Amino acid sequence: MSLSEKQSKDRKNGGENERLLQANNRNLTTSFGYPDNTIKTSKYNALNFLPMNLFEQFQRLANAYFLILVFLQTIPQISPLASYTTVIPLTVVLSITAVKDAIDDMKRHQNDNQVNNRPVLLLANGRMEEDKWMNVQVGDIIKLKNNQPVTADILLLSSSEPYGLAYIETAELDGETNLKVKQAISVTSDLEDNLELLSAFDGEVKCDPPNNKLDKFTGILTYKGQQYLLGHDKLLLRGCVIRHTEWCYGLVVYTGPDTKLMQNSGKSTFKRTHIDRLVNVLVLWIFLLLVIICFIIAVGHSIWQSKIGYYFQSFLPWEDYISSSVVSAALIYWSYFIILNTMVPISLYISVEIIRLGNSFYINWDRKMFYAPMNTPAQARTTTLNEELGQVKYVFSDKTGTLTQNIMMFHKCSIHGEVYGNSHGKVGAKVPDSEKEKVDFSYNKLASPNFAFYDSTLVEAVRRGDKWVRLFFLSLSLCHTVIPEEKVEGELVYQAQSPDEGALVTAARNFGFVFRSRTSETITVVEMGVTRVYQVLAILDFSNVRKRMSVIVRTPEDQLMLFCKGADTIICELLHSSCTDLNNMTMEHLDDFATEGLRTLMVAYRELDAAFFQSWSHKHSAAYWSLEDRENKLSVVYEEIEKDLMLLGATAIEDKLQDAVLETIVTLNKAKIKIWVLTGDKQETAVNIAYSCNIFEDEMDEVFMVQGKNYETICQELRTARAKMKPESLLESDPTSVPLLAKPKTPSVVPDEVPSGTYGLVINGDSLACALEEDLELELLQAACMCKGVICCRMTPLQKAQVVELVKRYKKGVTLAIGDGANDVSMIKAAHIGVGISGREGMQAMLNSDFSFSQFHYLQRLLLVHGRWSYNRICKFLSYFFYKNFTFTLVHVWYAFFNGFSAQTVYDSWFITCFNLIYTSLPVLGLSLFDQDVNDTWSLCFPELYEAGQHNLFFNKKKFMNCLIHGIYSSFVLFFVSVGTIHNSERSDGKDISDFQTFSLIVQTSLMCVVTMQIAMKTAYWTLMSHLFIWGSLGFYFCMLFFLYSDGLCLMFPRIFHFLGVARTSLNQTQLWLSIFLSTILCIIPAVGYMFLKPLFYPVSVDKVFDIIRHCMKFPLPPPVPVRLKHSNFRRSAYAFSHQHGFGALITSGKTTKSKQKKKNSCSLKI
Amino acid sequence: MAMNCNAKDEVDGGPPCAPGGAAKTRRPDNTAFKQQRLPAWQPILTAGTVLPTFFIVGLIFIPIGIGIFVTSNNIREIEIDYTGTEPSSPCNKCLSPNVTSCFCTINFTLEKAFEGNVFMYYGLSNFYQNHRRYVKSRDDSQLNGDSSALLNPSKECEPYRRNEDLPIAPCGAIANSMFNDTLELFLVSNESDPTPTPIPLKRKGIAWWTDKHVKFRNPSGGGTLEERFKGTTKPVNWLKPVYMLDSDEENNGFINEDFIVWMRTAALPTFRKLYRLIERSNDLHPTLPAGQYYLNITYNYPVHSFDGRKRMILSTISWMGGKNPFLGIAYITVGSISFLLGVVLLVINHKYRNSRNTADT
Repeated sequence: MSLSEKQSKDRKNGGENERLLQANNRNLTTSFGYPDNTIKTSKYNALNFLPMNLFEQFQRLANAYFLILVFLQTIPQISPLASYTTVIPLTVVLSITAVKDAIDDMKRHQNDNQVNNRPVLLLANGRMEEDKWMNVQVGDIIKLKNNQPVTADILLLSSSEPYGLAYIETAELDGETNLKVKQAISVTSDLEDNLELLSAFDGEVKCDPPNNKLDKFTGILTYKGQQYLLGHDKLLLRGCVIRHTEWCYGLVVYTGPDTKLMQNSGKSTFKRTHIDRLVNVLVLWIFLLLVIICFIIAVGHSIWQSKIGYYFQSFLPWEDYISSSVVSAALIYWSYFIILNTMVPISLYISVEIIRLGNSFYINWDRKMFYAPMNTPAQARTTTLNEELGQVKYVFSDKTGTLTQNIMMFHKCSIHGEVYGNSHGKVGAKVPDSEKEKVDFSYNKLASPNFAFYDSTLVEAVRRGDKWVRLFFLSLSLCHTVIPEEKVEGELVYQAQSPDEGALVTAARNFGFVFRSRTSETITVVEMGVTRVYQVLAILDFSNVRKRMSVIVRTPEDQLMLFCKGADTIICELLHSSCTDLNNMTMEHLDDFATEGLRTLMVAYRELDAAFFQSWSHKHSAAYWSLEDRENKLSVVYEEIEKDLMLLGATAIEDKLQDAVLETIVTLNKAKIKIWVLTGDKQETAVNIAYSCNIFEDEMDEVFMVQGKNYETICQELRTARAKMKPESLLESDPTSVPLLAKPKTPSVVPDEVPSGTYGLVINGDSLACALEEDLELELLQAACMCKGVICCRMTPLQKAQVVELVKRYKKGVTLAIGDGANDVSMIKAAHIGVGISGREGMQAMLNSDFSFSQFHYLQRLLLVHGRWSYNRICKFLSYFFYKNFTFTLVHVWYAFFNGFSAQTVYDSWFITCFNLIYTSLPVLGLSLFDQDVNDTWSLCFPELYEAGQHNLFFNKKKFMNCLIHGIYSSFVLFFVSVGTIHNSERSDGKDISDFQTFSLIVQTSLMCVVTMQIAMKTAYWTLMSHLFIWGSLGFYFCMLFFLYSDGLCLMFPRIFHFLGVARTSLNQTQLWLSIFLSTILCIIPAVGYMFLKPLFYPVSVDKVFDIIRHCMKFPLPPPVPVRLKHSNFRRSAYAFSHQHGFGALITSGKTTKSKQKKKNSCSLKI
Repeated sequence: MAMNCNAKDEVDGGPPCAPGGAAKTRRPDNTAFKQQRLPAWQPILTAGTVLPTFFIVGLIFIPIGIGIFVTSNNIREIEIDYTGTEPSSPCNKCLSPNVTSCFCTINFTLEKAFEGNVFMYYGLSNFYQNHRRYVKSRDDSQLNGDSSALLNPSKECEPYRRNEDLPIAPCGAIANSMFNDTLELFLVSNESDPTPTPIPLKRKGIAWWTDKHVKFRNPSGGGTLEERFKGTTKPVNWLKPVYMLDSDEENNGFINEDFIVWMRTAALPTFRKLYRLIERSNDLHPTLPAGQYYLNITYNYPVHSFDGRKRMILSTISWMGGKNPFLGIAYITVGSISFLLGVVLLVINHKYRNSRNTADT
């Protein structure tokens, strides 16, 4: 087949223009080379682990550098140190990392295996056979049952439901928990579950190549010479779950890595922290410094060799291979390269890893981040990002399930001018739910046990038979598109397109108006125990423009009624003039509801005249069957009947926020963290939530909405916004516009701008897609970054990631993405730090996250306490570590000037081996595991402290230069004080003190004292462990000294241990101790002076906060005033419906009603 | 209300915290360590703690410095350069390479008497005993009397490892370059009596105890020292083999103290090494009374080729060693600076704190 050849060629070339497949034809699939359904997230296998892992590890600059050093050290002509000094630590470092990688990969293997080996029913040889997921191939026909996850991206062929419908839940994919309907095309749905027909089915599908667009699919099915168009409503995607559908058959279209789920999952990249990158740059600097120093020394050596060394040959002849001083200098260059390599200590990297691991454990151990109801502690899944938690500047948050619980609560209502649901009457004095008394619904056997309401007057009104209340609930139980399910008698489960609708129907159910079942023509309601069947005459479905929906029913009393619910702004226009007073009263109530951040709806009814309805019905069906402009015609017809409504009341639904979200956001705002909400939800709900959790405030100067659909309008909208926030930012002279004008190919950093006042920005997915594609990204970024809060709605998972990437690319700050659903995975992976809420919406987010916990408000603790501590610790660690090693190493450089640049080390080679590994490792680990500048309470009380990390004040290039200068100074002091002490000097018994070994001892001991004093000064939090580590290490050094220089050891290995008896002979000399004392004080004094003067001359904001905290510690503050939760007085009604068209059309066309259910209903009717 | 939280099966495995069942709680332990609440002392760097520190350092350092300085100044020390590069020097004649065995005498005067034990040093300058290749050019195993190392010295000793197929004992560049001038000291009692009194120079007790008794050992075995060194040859530069360094058995071979002192390499290219002891004879007379002396030198050691210098030093000793003004001066300087800094900081602190406080209020 020439086509197939072309196809496979395309695929091999990496570009597949379109996909071609045929049902039940595996040969075709094989010839095209489509992958099978195996997914592979693991990196290694048993064979390639060692070479691949080593290769990866040596890509790390530092590891490669040490490898080169090892090779250098094996050359005896240049090596002043034995090669084991580098080989041992390098091996340790490599193997620790390798083991860690291996364990990680094993886990991935297990996960992959588990998924790949799941069973699935596959049509083969005319029978259904159980097979593993991984064996599914393109063109196969598979059978899926209820509640099964979809195996691959499949084209729906037929299902158990009438009209080839199948219900799926897409939470894993896009985070939306409501059900979606897919419908098979009629020609295939006729195949039903007839295996013979299915086996004979040989339709050919031509469709898009694999892509990551979740809501786009176009294809053509050719079957029996006929062509059928396929849209995305025919495609079941991998990651979805089949619901309420007994079985369905599907044709596999995309498999394994080609599925939209996998295409959307993005590459998992190894995350590196800013500090990591900074350290890499610094290591490069040090390396350059090393090259320069070595070069200078080599030149010095060459001069020395020709001026002195040449003549000194009578006592020290040159080696045979040294032909001139230049050759000698070339060798010396490498010798010093080896000696000075401790400037970049290999233990740096392993220490950093250990510190991060330790700090990750603290996160796992934190009881204040343990969520008892779900028994989940916080978890640091990536242990290499801790300090970045202390530097976060942008938080990207999902809405549903992250900020909100995704639980809609019927909270209050206003019925005929009467407010119900105000527990204990008073507004403001909010009583916690737990203390209030729940209303008893025991009179109603069909009540949902999960429903809670706290105002018993409403129940009393219902039971009393209040006409308006009854009518109100009746309308709630009739006017909706919910589909009920009653698997077990009396246990109703509602499937609603939006949780709001579900909440309303459930409320009606609990108050005694139980929506029991529906057919295409009827709705069965159990009214206070009496079953009544209403005939549905029309459903006037919801649309975004109409913002309302209505049903027209015929009551059992043969009365025609229209029930309508919708946004208050719309409904109040349609009311009958007689209820103006009531309307005004209800409006007041609505204002109150809105103040509390509740989502409101108005409910109204109209009694219809039979004749009027008849004539309307004709118009309706005319419009319904018209082919052109149906939508518009219909809505015109709808408007005719939806008027002169009688107001019933209003509902108020609470979109429950997670615990303490509000406080958390206030705290994070104080810490200058910008919060962007990226949600798949629609604009109204997102904005409503943004207000209720304080991302937007009422005091804001303006909230900009970007809704344009093309380049010009969006650009205009963004520019207007910027002009309002900061007019000068639009001028070309403004520094921030430069990157805009230049349109650079390489990403540059866009500086922060300070707007006048606080603003908010709302942008929706379509505009965003346009803005991102059409070079407007910088405009968008500049506008967005000036705003205090940004809301992006209707986002696809990929767009979420794109927004994160955008900020990452052009802004210096650290980004953190937090979410709970599979739709957040790409954003979690894209951000510097991904946080998963382990909660309701599956595990995908958590599995891909770097940190996970179960409550949003733990974020403040993670950032402000753990993050800040980790950051402080790692900064203290780094500045100390660099200082320590500069001091340690640079002494050799000074000594070079006195020993003919001969690469003679100052220290005993054992001291060099042990210094980083043993003598100084514990104190610095102690510092970086236990240190805290202020405790967690203060950290949370003063979020301002967090700013230091965002601007990376504690360790940056400047700090590094400080360390370098301090290190040079200290090494200078150490060397010259020691030289001054021993030069032409004697012991108190007249013997030699100016020998090399005593000199080594003095410098070593001084170094140990200096380094110990320095760490003591850096330690702000002296626990018992700190004392033990710091003083213990110094003590241990002396013990080691006596051990290494002991008679026994030195006599056993005289060629390895040369320093016999130096310790006991020299350590009793007064001048030695005087010298050590002098060096220590001289090294400390400037540091103390600097620490004292710096806050005076260059105070940073953090210093002031510390002053306040110190003041508070002495004079405790009065208890902090709790944040007042306030909402504005103007109304923001959120129309509480799904953004999509409702099920209305389906219901009226009779497609959802199952014949089986009808039977069941009739049974229940009899009861 | 909650509509969609109904039986929602997890797609990817169960949650870690499958609710229901008597799952044991995963609440972390409430220990001070895990909750980072270890009791701790939190010192704070404030003006109240820092400023006194500077003054205290000043107050401690200055007296110590003065003490050291005075002690160091009370030490008598005389240094005589006998390299002989100046034509007027008596040793100038020895510089010519033709002269094999050369003697020269240098006169000097002690203005004041040297009390107590006096130490005689030789000093070398521009001599790189600390050169890496020099420092490692020895075999401690051989020097410790190891018989296998004696006949097969370490490779580090190259090129002074073998000579004419015989192992060198002691091998290496350090041993090979051992200082071999002989210094003798004479007191010219008075003008009238021309016969000078030789000053008794003690050649033992100049090396570290550990070196003499632990680190350096002659090869074991019976017989005379010469027999024990059988099969080895002397270092190239040496005039006589190692077992003929001294007549005293306790000061011969590897445990010859002059040799041990030489083998303890110096840290700097200018150094002095203890040569002889002049012990105090009795309390009444100073060890070296003021007067005329002359120094007899058997000039063997060539340093002229690399611009080296040779000195003879006589010095008394105090509780903190020989004359070394460095520590005293350094202590006084650091003490003063610290004190001054304290004053400066006090002023700055006063000014800044005040201005900041007024700005705040």
